[in-house]
Amino acid sequence: MNIDEKGFNQDFQFEAPMAPKRTRLQEFWLLFRQNRLAILGLFIFILFFCCAIMGLFITSGPDPLFDPAMIRLQEKLRPPLAKPNLDSLRREEIPCLGFYLMGTDDLGRDVFARMLQGAWVSLTVGFVAVGISVLIGIFMGGVAGYFGQHHIRVDHILMTILLISGAGLVMAHSIRFGAVLLCLTLAYIFYSFFTQNRSGEKSVPSWAKVFRKSAVSVDTLIMRIVDIMLCFPSFFLILTVVALLPASIYNIMIVIGLTSWMGTTRFVRAEFLSLREQDFVAAVKTLGASNFRIIFRHMMPNAIAPVLVSATIGIATAILTEAGLSFLGFGVPPPHATWGNILSDGKNFIFDAPWLTFIPGIAILIVVLSFNLFGEGLRDVLNPKLRERH
Amino acid sequence: MANNNTLISVQDLKVYFRTGHECARAVDGISFEVRKEETVCLVGESGCGKTVSALSILGLIPTPPGEIAGGRILFQGKNLLELDEEDMQKIRGNRIAMVFQEPLTSLNPVFTIEDQIGEAISIHKNVGAKELRDRCIKLLKDVGIPSPVQRLKDYPHQLSGGQRQRVMIAMALACDPDLIIADEPTTALDVTVQAQILRLLKSIQKIRSMSVLYITHDLGVVANIADRVYVMYSGIFTEQGNTAQIFHDARHPYTQGLLASLPSRSKRGKRLYSIPGTVPNPAYKPAGCPFHPRCPHAILTCAKEYPEMCDYGQGHLARCPVLLEGGDGYK
Amino acid sequence: MELLNKDKQIVLRVQNLKKYFPIRRGFFQKIAGWVKAVDDVSFEIEQGKTLGLVGESGCGKTTVARLILKLLEPDHGKIIFRGSDIGEFTEKDMRPIRKEIQIVFQDPFGSLNPRMTTGLSIEEGLRILGIKRGRKRKERLEKLLKMVGMSPDSADRYPHEFSGGQRQRICIARALSVDPSLVVCDEPISALDVSIQAQIINLLKDLQDRLGLSYLFISHDLNVVSYLCSTISVMYKGQIMESAPAEELFENPCHPYTMSLLSAIPDPEPGIKREIELVEPDLSDSLITSNGCNFQGRCSIEEPRCLEEKIGFEKVGEKHFVRCWKAAKK
Repeated sequence: MNIDEKGFNQDFQFEAPMAPKRTRLQEFWLLFRQNRLAILGLFIFILFFCCAIMGLFITSGPDPLFDPAMIRLQEKLRPPLAKPNLDSLRREEIPCLGFYLMGTDDLGRDVFARMLQGAWVSLTVGFVAVGISVLIGIFMGGVAGYFGQHHIRVDHILMTILLISGAGLVMAHSIRFGAVLLCLTLAYIFYSFFTQNRSGEKSVPSWAKVFRKSAVSVDTLIMRIVDIMLCFPSFFLILTVVALLPASIYNIMIVIGLTSWMGTTRFVRAEFLSLREQDFVAAVKTLGASNFRIIFRHMMPNAIAPVLVSATIGIATAILTEAGLSFLGFGVPPPHATWGNILSDGKNFIFDAPWLTFIPGIAILIVVLSFNLFGEGLRDVLNPKLRERH
Repeated sequence: MANNNTLISVQDLKVYFRTGHECARAVDGISFEVRKEETVCLVGESGCGKTVSALSILGLIPTPPGEIAGGRILFQGKNLLELDEEDMQKIRGNRIAMVFQEPLTSLNPVFTIEDQIGEAISIHKNVGAKELRDRCIKLLKDVGIPSPVQRLKDYPHQLSGGQRQRVMIAMALACDPDLIIADEPTTALDVTVQAQILRLLKSIQKIRSMSVLYITHDLGVVANIADRVYVMYSGIFTEQGNTAQIFHDARHPYTQGLLASLPSRSKRGKRLYSIPGTVPNPAYKPAGCPFHPRCPHAILTCAKEYPEMCDYGQGHLARCPVLLEGGDGYK
Repeated sequence: MELLNKDKQIVLRVQNLKKYFPIRRGFFQKIAGWVKAVDDVSFEIEQGKTLGLVGESGCGKTTVARLILKLLEPDHGKIIFRGSDIGEFTEKDMRPIRKEIQIVFQDPFGSLNPRMTTGLSIEEGLRILGIKRGRKRKERLEKLLKMVGMSPDSADRYPHEFSGGQRQRICIARALSVDPSLVVCDEPISALDVSIQAQIINLLKDLQDRLGLSYLFISHDLNVVSYLCSTISVMYKGQIMESAPAEELFENPCHPYTMSLLSAIPDPEPGIKREIELVEPDLSDSLITSNGCNFQGRCSIEEPRCLEEKIGFEKVGEKHFVRCWKAAKK
């Protein structure tokens, strides 16, 4: 029986000439390279990334190289490339380039410095918001796709409602009621856990059978939540939430993230549904691997491609949303510069100082466009069905 | 060259596929002919170029990446490769019809059987609605579909696999073609249904006196249906001859190996002969004889020189000079 | 005690296995009927032997395989593996037994993870056996690869770099990585090139001789089954129609379906052909079977009795059973 003890004299295997060995990455690059627009997108993306990182370092700290918050009222609304009036400025107020690369705004602040600071905001908003939405999306989609056929019992739903309302009551300072509710639910959870392990269904009294009935499948539950979330006009939902919450860049990231995970969920669920039926998953299961390992080690790497594509495009959307929010005045609070509020400030001077609207506007356009092009390129390469169109 | 009996003759056909820097020589100089009222089998493994050769007869090779790099296809005296698209359309479905492997995907799921067979007729023939319907019913009857009048309004998914393939054959027969190209028409079917379809093809061929170019990988099917056989390997013909010659007197080591490796009851307990190695990638074919890395009789010359066809008489040819009787073929 | 001894020879015994899938219709997804994918299937596999399960597509062969592997839960019946009924085992109970029963799939392209090197795919099994990462695991991996006729350096390559036959070898290596005693081969060669099929058949046979494996060999190809299997069960619409030792089945086929299968074999070797007329299956009634014999409507020797009565197994010879009262009478 034991493999180790047997001898192995196999027939001689002829190696027929095979395609040269290429890694997946090389293959990917070979295909990606052919899409010139996607390469352009990638290039701009990297450029933007570098600018944002650089911007973070040279616009922050106690004595920044470019100070986006420095007000020089005597120098307001200077056009791009204008030389500063050296006589009227103190030494530390002179821009370090020697001129205003992108002009100044109505308070005489250096637009270039503000753009750099805004780039970092846009980048983080884009990545963190998409990061949140992708994490939620993968989790929800994965659960719906892999455990979708499992059913949630009536008591599970009741317990969840009780738990949430209990926690809500505690938060709302009516601690006594909340604590009672929480204790009740915990007691039930312990009870059901205990009886389930002991003797299964038999010990359940007949009146409690109603609670043990299956109410809804996991898949239905999650996908209906997705449908409901998709019904909200998300931008106005974000507006409402942001208006209620204290204005902060982190709140915006979280809110954008929490309202944009539905697409990822659908992708991941669809991928998981088809992957689950594939033979290699069954093979790993028969080897005796755990569900956790099957999901994360074997299925996830195969499901990640469309997520990556939608994430790339999602970053562009998040940047746009943030810019829109800032433009409307709900975004990052004022002393901090973002592309949206530079644009918003500039709109009052659109005839006197057009650069104040053009520069952030074009920056947003280019960055969003580059993300979209890069995303489309990724999609073409990662999805073999679309590949033939080129 | 082409005697009166020849329906279609393919001469030195080469079809290459270019992708990036690679050039896959899918079909690398094949010549064959199909005579009138004859069933010819192209037999070979996947990727050997048999489907590509069939598609190139109908001018259905996508270009690019495909490219007909040389040769002629003479059909009733006309070179099909020189015809423009309009003339080709007059031949496709009308004079030469094709039956594909997968009956589920080659029928359009949103049209009824009547629509699809009717379409096949009305593209080439100008007939009225009543006659069209009658023809459809007659065709369905010919291919052995029970109660054809009721079946006319059915959609493809309402039929079984075998019946779908029968409908495909009916569509191919719609314009009474001279040649039917059948590309693995029974591979997706069960054995019992396969036997019925083969019987159907045989009887139709006899009744309508057509020619059939039958493409398959299954030697069992070949033995059942073929008059003459071309064995294809890696884009070339390794052996050709009539069915008896191929099955009882194989002269190419590939054909011999294939026949020896077929499992059957009589070989129980004995070890099967197996051809070692794998089918070469069409983009990286070995030099010389493409079969030499897997050949038990290979000599050094095989890796250098492209082998010539050796004549065994009565139309039996094999591309292996090493096994040529009475001295070696490589002089 | 006696029963235990008997079971030592028999690796797997399946008794009255049933799996019905509901057909749901309408707005409320009410169950409108049942597809009897596997309907009362029984067989046993002896240690070191091969049982062939033959049938057309959709006859339930693959469902049987999935039931045995517990990828599906059986509705009824017993799956007795080495004396314990794994049909009732929960997922947790199955863990230690999973590795004993392995599977080789039909499609060599879908059965390997495209994002994992072959080495990693095979090591998955070694990891589950508890062999720690390191030299020992690597040695074992190389041994497995050599055993299926692959060079050890193929461990670092991805599945798309291999041909179908090579992938099937890798799948076999993966199945063997956990030292199974039973391997379910679900049409392992039907997706392969003709010249490769013999290689895989030989490999499977060698491995059986060397490791004492038992196979459940599922196929639609009677030529292969007749070459490889010691016992053959012919399946039709979820039921086993005839079951006999291989020689016996070919010498003395009893069920009309078996006879029609045998006559339909496209045989490259000239031989006596029994022509059996067979009615083509009608798709419309294949989902819900009515009373009586499952083969009704296609049978050449059908009688009124066949439409009414439930047909049971009849013994016609030693280890030769047939589900046809007429054939048994002869």
